[in-house]
Amino acid sequence: MSLRGRHLLSIEDLDVQEIELILKTARSFKEISTRPIRKVPTLRGKTVINIFFEPSTRTRSSFELAAKRLSADAVNFNVSTSSVAKGESLIDTGRNLQAMHPDLIVVRHSLAGAPALLATHCKGSCVINAGDGMHEHPTQALLDALTICEHKGRLEGLKVAIIGDIKHSRVARSNALLLRKMKAETWVCGPPTLLPVGFESYGVQVTHHMEEALTDADVIMLLRAQRERQQEIFYPSFKEYSMLYGLDRRKMKWAKPDAIVMHPGPINRGIEIDQEMADGAYSVILEQVSNGVATRMAVLFLLLGASEDPGI
Amino acid sequence: MKLLFHGGRVVDPSQGLDTTADILVDNGKIARVGKIAKNRSWQIFDVSGLVLAPGFVDMHVHLREPGGERKETIQTGSEAAVAGGFTSIACMPNTDPVNDSPALTRYILERARQTDLVNVFPIGAVTRGSRGEELAEIGVMYRAGIVAVSDDGNPIQHHQLVRRALEYIKLFDIPLIDHCEDRLLAAGGCMNEGAVSTRLGLRGASRTAEELHVVRDVMLSRITGGRVHIAHVSARESLDWIRQGKRHGAAVTCEVTPHHFTLIDRDIGDYNTNFKMSPPLREREDVQAMLEGLADGTIDCIATDHAPHTSLEKDTTFEEAANGVIGLETAVSVAVDRLVHGGVISWSRLVELMSCNPSRILRLDRGTLRVGAIADITVIDPDRQITVDTAQFKSKSRNCPFQGWKLRGAPVMTVVSGRIVYHA
Repeated sequence: MSLRGRHLLSIEDLDVQEIELILKTARSFKEISTRPIRKVPTLRGKTVINIFFEPSTRTRSSFELAAKRLSADAVNFNVSTSSVAKGESLIDTGRNLQAMHPDLIVVRHSLAGAPALLATHCKGSCVINAGDGMHEHPTQALLDALTICEHKGRLEGLKVAIIGDIKHSRVARSNALLLRKMKAETWVCGPPTLLPVGFESYGVQVTHHMEEALTDADVIMLLRAQRERQQEIFYPSFKEYSMLYGLDRRKMKWAKPDAIVMHPGPINRGIEIDQEMADGAYSVILEQVSNGVATRMAVLFLLLGASEDPGI
Repeated sequence: MKLLFHGGRVVDPSQGLDTTADILVDNGKIARVGKIAKNRSWQIFDVSGLVLAPGFVDMHVHLREPGGERKETIQTGSEAAVAGGFTSIACMPNTDPVNDSPALTRYILERARQTDLVNVFPIGAVTRGSRGEELAEIGVMYRAGIVAVSDDGNPIQHHQLVRRALEYIKLFDIPLIDHCEDRLLAAGGCMNEGAVSTRLGLRGASRTAEELHVVRDVMLSRITGGRVHIAHVSARESLDWIRQGKRHGAAVTCEVTPHHFTLIDRDIGDYNTNFKMSPPLREREDVQAMLEGLADGTIDCIATDHAPHTSLEKDTTFEEAANGVIGLETAVSVAVDRLVHGGVISWSRLVELMSCNPSRILRLDRGTLRVGAIADITVIDPDRQITVDTAQFKSKSRNCPFQGWKLRGAPVMTVVSGRIVYHA
């Protein structure tokens, strides 16, 4: 089993053994980020280009840190001031990147399928999808799985409830795919307007009622209520959304006592999660951020395949 | 010069024919049909084993000229048409500028006359600039030669305007060809809304967006008596309404494209933009409904919605890619292979769908091999094996979803007004 030279465009590309390998590798990399010198020479001489067509600070920094801690040379391609802003097509951008011979390209784009398109035009480089439109965000699902495993020791048989704007969420899609592959009992919950047609095809349970989703849940994953989207057509107000779907102490009582609360960030305090829950003992939101770096280190390492032994 | 087509299977539902017969063409007209003794002074074609039908009519084509000559011209579109077995095509008005004036209609006819391959029948815009706000000068365009009106590609949202248009066109006995799509319900979707769009993370267009305008048109044709022709039906519910409308005597007809009776949303695969068009590919049950509609008479015509685009419009992300696929050079083979050899319909029914009915809807003096009729003939080899190869197309564009398909049956000769304009 090897991921060397592959792309990571979708969780669908990975089988159970490959997911377990990534999680195992990520666990072994976590320790590096706690050392006084947070750097190993594993990917020395490798070049990683981050190209983000959609604004993102957190994910881009996470990938950049991951590359740097493995001694790869990481370059951020700034879309807003580049040729892209001058009207260059995605394929031409891909060809130009290819001409610089990077080993790996991390791409985020507002349109589904853009990383796949880039991958077909950048032969010789691995491409990682760091989020494409409403399609997928595979490294987010992997870091979420790592976080769950650290707390629960497994994924199989856990009840995981994904709450919120399922329709527009690439995080929900990647997580649904991964959790079902790993045999977690997966629920999605949100207002009927934000649950897209055919989501049952992921093999998940669909409900619109928080009590049903949260009852005896081991893991609660909240999604961001997107302020930037025209939401009035999907629900009347944040206040009403918060009343129905915002996680608070009262709703939390339905879940198991040792349930954990997750969020891909950035959080809207007081909308999908209240202050107490965001900062409380249940919350593992900041661990997700830490695990993000380790997971991305693992993916970079495995795709660039320096050797099967991390040597750390 | 007289032409004799000897020993072919003549399929002409306009006179109830499906029999082995010879056809004599004289001075561009059908002179005789039946058993004809050969005469040395004639040009004689042995067409035994081949099917001869009244020339095929594609009533839904985008020729792109003027304004879109990078994608197609009247010349290349005509070459594609005759290579695909069509003797007549009707071209949609969404050129740049839009064909909403007699000057543009005459320009298209003049360019077609210079090309001199296929009969080109222009379709005029319903509204000025196809903006959906006020009626275009339909009467003067009609005098210049349009055979129908349509705002294809810019579906009219204004119901009262559609009603007035349907009333007005009764003056000229031409149909309004409607691309049925409620823009608000479609909500910018770029493929069929369903489990596949959810998986791909693409915005879906609800089938109801089509259905709603089909219902509207059926209702408005009933109260106005104006003829409405529903373009490229894609959803099974739409067909149900059309079937019901016909039963109640509404002046409604409809067409289906080869891609909508063969392909489904799942075929988009990994964001293949050659499977993006409007209306979008639907689901397995919709394809099944189209096949039933083709067989039971609910569907009147097969039309291609030939919509050329270059790689500039197609080699991009799915959402950004232009809508449309080309079809002139594959329609006959797809229809013969899937419908006739597939046991869905008879040869006679195929000829109705691709020649007689579109001629009747557009009131063309075509679609028949009766003695005295204009000698437009489509000759098909029912057993010729082909592999679709876009590199060989006459069309300027390559956006074809059937690339690589192996099909049985192909057009081998196209005769327009007694002249052989294509011979494989």
